[in-house]
Amino acid sequence: MREKKTMLVQKISDGTVIDHITAGKALSVLRLLGNPQNRGVTVALVANVGSSKMGKKDILKVGDIELTDEQVQKLALIAPLASVNIIRSYRVLKKKNAVPPKTVLGVLGCTGATCVSVREKDSVSSVFSLVSSSPLVYRCKYCGRDLTEQEISAQLG
Amino acid sequence: MSRDAWSGRDVLSILDFSRPDIELLFHKSNSFVDRPQLTKKSLSDKIVATAFFEPSTRTRLSFTAAALKLGADVLDLSPEVSSVLKGESLPDTIRMLDGYSDIIVMRHPSEGAALLASEVASVPIINGGDGSQHHPSQAMLDLFTVKRLKGEIDGLNYAVVGDIRYARAATSFLFGLAKFKPGAVHLVSPESLRPRSEVKDTLKRIGLRTEQHENLESVIADVDVIYLTRIQKERFPDQNEYEKVKGSYRISKSSLANAKKGSIILHALPRTNELAHEVDALPNAAYMKQARFGLPIRMALLDLVLGGAKR
Repeated sequence: MREKKTMLVQKISDGTVIDHITAGKALSVLRLLGNPQNRGVTVALVANVGSSKMGKKDILKVGDIELTDEQVQKLALIAPLASVNIIRSYRVLKKKNAVPPKTVLGVLGCTGATCVSVREKDSVSSVFSLVSSSPLVYRCKYCGRDLTEQEISAQLG
Repeated sequence: MSRDAWSGRDVLSILDFSRPDIELLFHKSNSFVDRPQLTKKSLSDKIVATAFFEPSTRTRLSFTAAALKLGADVLDLSPEVSSVLKGESLPDTIRMLDGYSDIIVMRHPSEGAALLASEVASVPIINGGDGSQHHPSQAMLDLFTVKRLKGEIDGLNYAVVGDIRYARAATSFLFGLAKFKPGAVHLVSPESLRPRSEVKDTLKRIGLRTEQHENLESVIADVDVIYLTRIQKERFPDQNEYEKVKGSYRISKSSLANAKKGSIILHALPRTNELAHEVDALPNAAYMKQARFGLPIRMALLDLVLGGAKR
């Protein structure tokens, strides 16, 4: 007999569902959104659920907010496979995939202690270019050092 | 080959230059070495600014001498007596030099400093070394030395020995070799002084195949050019790590007993204890000639970049 699948969390009428978050990163995503749960916004967090694509994943349902383009860009740095679904009246109004941007300005910091973007950080913004989407790797324009997915996550989480 | 390839260009990394660009530079340098009487004051209306935020003997003085020989005036920023000491940022310092000169030759302890300077300056920037990353004019004069002394760069076997992790001269030499068709390229160093991951990635990307070794003895009989480096004490994040590798390699008369006949030893200098003074008397010792070739190479660089350069 087939096991009946049930929903862990009920549907939301209006808001955003962020699916395919890298397992363990949902709290980092909430921080990126400014911890809306502290402002009384309804938030549902599902962690470590099975995913055919990712093995395990996290899911967030956040009522009454929409992500800005900048937030979607940062989301891609924490959870490169995430998808963002805007919900209106229980229907998916819009779907955006979090695509890691080719260039990231100012958001990330170089790990090289002697990189000019670190030593002169008051007068120059960091610039990173995408080397690989999976695993996520960005390269510093100034010193050529690579930032790994774990390092990026640690900086943004 | 065209001068236009050089005119007004920043010289940040040897990776930015093609083999024909480098061969044109050698051609020009040869004329300064072989026909010095024909040297003209081609830069008599130019001002060359030098800004060395790290100590330098050969690079700073040979660029200065090169500028003077070509008739240019030299404006030297001394960081220790300038507003750098008051905390002025690198971009602001460069903006000032940009307004007072026609070209800026700079050295800085931070990787990417020359690239940052090139983004704020309208005049060309020549990188005289930035952190442990690039030292293009050193690589150009090193390759020129090989060409002058061995007649060719292609087909020879090379051993780069010592600190390949922090020595920008060694890294830049390897990047420069990739423009040619070398035979075997051996990297000889203790494990902790092997190339950084980003350098390994670049070597892979530019197609330079290298072989890693722990000691020189195993390859010395087959090597035409030994490129020796000083351990870069000042770039070690942890001085305890420096103490562990200090003195881990040394070239002396006895260590050259099995060296290939006609092989040459290069060293960007200064040396510490990795190169015994007794080696100076051997025919293999090429490092003093190498240092002298810094002058014609830097004359050619200034002439090619500034000759006809537009502001």
